[in-house]
Amino acid sequence: MAADPILALSNVTKRFGGLTVSDQVSFAVPRGARMALIGPNGAGKTTLFNLMSGVYPLDGGEIVLDGARIDTLPSRKRIAMGLSRSFQNIRLMPHLSVVENVMLGQHAQASGIGDLLTPISWMRGGRWRRLAVERLEAAGIAVHPDADVASLPYGVRKKIEVVRALMSKPRLLMLDEPAAGLNPRETAELSAFLKDVAATGVTLLVVEHDMSFVHDLCEHTVVLNFGKLIYEGPTRAVQDDEAVREAYLGSRRVETAGGSHAA
Amino acid sequence: MSGYATGIVAILCINLIFAYAIFVTAAAGQLNLGGAGFQAIGAYTAAWLSSNAGQPVVVTIPLAMVTTALIGFLISFPVLRTRGVYMVLATFAFGQFVSGFLLRSPTFGGAIGMVVSDYVGIGLLIAAAIITTALVFFLMASRLGLAIRSIHDDEPVSTIMGVNVRAVQVTTFTIGGALAGLSGALYAHHFSFVEAQYFNSLLSIYVLLFVLIGGTQTAWGPLVGSLFFTLLPEVLRVGGSWRYVVFGVAIVAMMVLRPQGIVTRELVSRLSPRNWFGSRPAPAARMADGG
Repeated sequence: MAADPILALSNVTKRFGGLTVSDQVSFAVPRGARMALIGPNGAGKTTLFNLMSGVYPLDGGEIVLDGARIDTLPSRKRIAMGLSRSFQNIRLMPHLSVVENVMLGQHAQASGIGDLLTPISWMRGGRWRRLAVERLEAAGIAVHPDADVASLPYGVRKKIEVVRALMSKPRLLMLDEPAAGLNPRETAELSAFLKDVAATGVTLLVVEHDMSFVHDLCEHTVVLNFGKLIYEGPTRAVQDDEAVREAYLGSRRVETAGGSHAA
Repeated sequence: MSGYATGIVAILCINLIFAYAIFVTAAAGQLNLGGAGFQAIGAYTAAWLSSNAGQPVVVTIPLAMVTTALIGFLISFPVLRTRGVYMVLATFAFGQFVSGFLLRSPTFGGAIGMVVSDYVGIGLLIAAAIITTALVFFLMASRLGLAIRSIHDDEPVSTIMGVNVRAVQVTTFTIGGALAGLSGALYAHHFSFVEAQYFNSLLSIYVLLFVLIGGTQTAWGPLVGSLFFTLLPEVLRVGGSWRYVVFGVAIVAMMVLRPQGIVTRELVSRLSPRNWFGSRPAPAARMADGG
């Protein structure tokens, strides 16, 4: 792995009751990489995202972002350090407009009481709002900025979430199933858009089930199964890996055990 | 203005400021059913300072606001440990405690109440209501206002977006406390008399209704809500005691027809001059939730 990773996880462990959902997971995300985090359902991918963004505390191990340990920091401080994310189930604010949702993504960029208390559309000639509208347009989201998010199609809302996550100027952008529920055209557009984003120096870490999307976008892949890391390497070799094949398809031994349970 | 009209405008101004006090916390998703308690503390602080300490209005009103702001700040810590209906009950209990305390306290006149020596005219009430309205509009247009509204919708995501959720919630309780104290102090000085029985739980319920039925998404909500609910009973006065029935039915009808409140963000944006020309935002899809 790269000598100077943007994100390094070492022995990250999380238990929910008796279930170890993240079991001594260690890997590094190279700076500027487009990396996929894959695994069967329930492998612990979203849990790992939640641990990185601070939704839950760790039971063991540490997470280092760009040289600074972040796992002990409150969730709200991590975005200011350059870690931003989207959510598997769209988590846009239902009562905020499209542009207001995107402007929420700028919150970590606001500094001091002046930025907090000045009306946003007056602020330096409406700079915040203008920037948000520009980013929406650049992402190809052709909806009225004041539209209700609840009224928009799924694919558009999914994309707005990515734009919101980008507004904090992240160094590491973590996307949880960004292509889920998108049609093939939207998926191709998203892949092209994310490549452009990565080209500006943003490192991507993407949880995704759509393997053609992963192959198209990500050169590196890590694979989780039952909370354990089972593969770390180039995406093109992932499907040839014995452990990965076993995780997805089941080995003969597991199959037999599964068969006896199936009754 | 006739005495009747002045009385209505005075109550409207006081209700409006009071509604904004409750709105600021409600906009962040916290329901305060102890509003009358905060207003009572503001009223009694002003009354005591005026009548017993001989302080002028320029001292009594700001000090009443500082007192209720401080109480709002302090009470937010235990109250914010509760959620939903438990928060409603906790704030309700606070309101009951305050009115019970005032009723028993000889310092504050007990059940007899207190006469307030300095009088404040309708002009100051109108000015205070206008300034409060402007400040709340200003607040809701700011990034803090955006944070308040995002906390209402989704606390965990607001945190991940960098919002200091707890600090914002404590701030809303503090601002709400200050505004409730202002409304109470103005009440005391305008009506020249305070009694604990006025600040009862029904008042807390009414002011929360102004806010919820007006709408918690924009600063227009409490304005429309308190105008509607202060003027409607007056308009209905021609119907005699039937007005209470009509008033009750009107509240139920509002809740059924427009659970999200009369004024929503989407409505304001559609009526906004910015969107009079060119493309209009798409109409909202019907949503099942009202929160």
